[in-house]
Amino acid sequence: MIELYVLLGLMIAGAVIAVEVKDLLSAVIAVGVVGLALSIAFLLLRAPDVAITQIVVEIAAVILLIRATLNRDISSRPSAGRPFGAVMGLAFLGLGVLASLTAFPEGLSPFGSPLMTVSAFYPADAMSGTGATNVVSAVILDYRGYDTLGEATVLFTAVVGVLAVMRATGRRDAEGSGESHG
Amino acid sequence: MNETMPYILCMILFCIGIYAMLAKRNLIRIIIGLSIAEYAVNLFLILVAYKSGGQAPIFDDRAMPPTSMVDPLPHALVLTSIVIGLATTAFMIALAIRLYGKYGTFDITRMRELRG
Amino acid sequence: MTLIVRTVTRLTIGLILLYGLYIVLHGHLTPGGGFAGGVIVALSFINLTLAFGGKTSAGVFSGESAHLVEALGAIMFLALALLGLQWGGFFDNFIHADGEPGMLVSAGIIPLANIAILLKVGAGIFSIFLALIVVQNFEEGDRQ
Repeated sequence: MIELYVLLGLMIAGAVIAVEVKDLLSAVIAVGVVGLALSIAFLLLRAPDVAITQIVVEIAAVILLIRATLNRDISSRPSAGRPFGAVMGLAFLGLGVLASLTAFPEGLSPFGSPLMTVSAFYPADAMSGTGATNVVSAVILDYRGYDTLGEATVLFTAVVGVLAVMRATGRRDAEGSGESHG
Repeated sequence: MNETMPYILCMILFCIGIYAMLAKRNLIRIIIGLSIAEYAVNLFLILVAYKSGGQAPIFDDRAMPPTSMVDPLPHALVLTSIVIGLATTAFMIALAIRLYGKYGTFDITRMRELRG
Repeated sequence: MTLIVRTVTRLTIGLILLYGLYIVLHGHLTPGGGFAGGVIVALSFINLTLAFGGKTSAGVFSGESAHLVEALGAIMFLALALLGLQWGGFFDNFIHADGEPGMLVSAGIIPLANIAILLKVGAGIFSIFLALIVVQNFEEGDRQ
């Protein structure tokens, strides 16, 4: 799986660039590259539904991020940073890598052989129980439809929240007039 | 070591995202850090589900043996998680735009001094 | 927007919309499903808004209709879940499969639930976009 390691290396390089570069627009473009490499990695790991969803959601997120950074604080001053936060961040990084090196060989099954104890039922039953040939669609809409209802509720709440946050004062452009109190 | 190397690289990606959330002052960089951490978690779930030599969880022809598929349950969880990640990122960006309108800067250490 | 962007948008916007609908309707046969198709349909309307401005796209699909369509999608999904109570349990697949697997009309309530998710996710993402990008001029109106 040499292609997978190349993509993971590209993702880590893109993430380091996104975090450390001074210009905000370049950081947003680097996040776009990380998302694109992630979508190709999903294709290599035999997950086509997830790859399609990742690439289109990535495009929508980059559009929103560019709107937030354009014409704003384009280049931040070279700043002192937050030294306590930087130390804590690096300590967390070291702790995380150390924990993964000790815990992953014993706790996780080796890469390439999943323990399918619960989910061996789903591919075996999907065609006769639901009649769908896409097992992932059968899982999210028939066997675990309640989780999809919860996710639709979260999306609805986020839309209501965005509309409420952006509506407090001021002039509106395409939506009619909001209240404008001073 | 070859069996856990993808997991360790995924953990490094997650820690880069957490580092960006803790150690940076610019609000947009904190949002970028959270996005990177979300990508790492989704990648980890799909890595756990991979079976070497397996096929995508779709019946191409009706006689495909179901045991040759990769694990489909984490795919369903990740599909939900990606869309929820978009919703929370959009909400954070809305808050960041309003904060910029109020304080004139994205720098979180300067947002305590001004009293709007 | 420039002439190149407008011309390419005029040529491709119908294809993007149609492709999103195809992915949703075949969600139980091929990869995709309601979420990916809903975001693709929302992206086609976002393309229209970015290329031609807010006034033109409000004539095609305005903000108020986006709220209405999103609420309709949520109600349709809940109705499918509650109707299952009549015949079995909550979320039971009550349209018992008459078609055979591999045909377009098969798999019970899964295509209907995919259409409900398309309405909800597509209209939701488009109204988030309208609230964040079409509204301008925040700094002056914001002294509280």
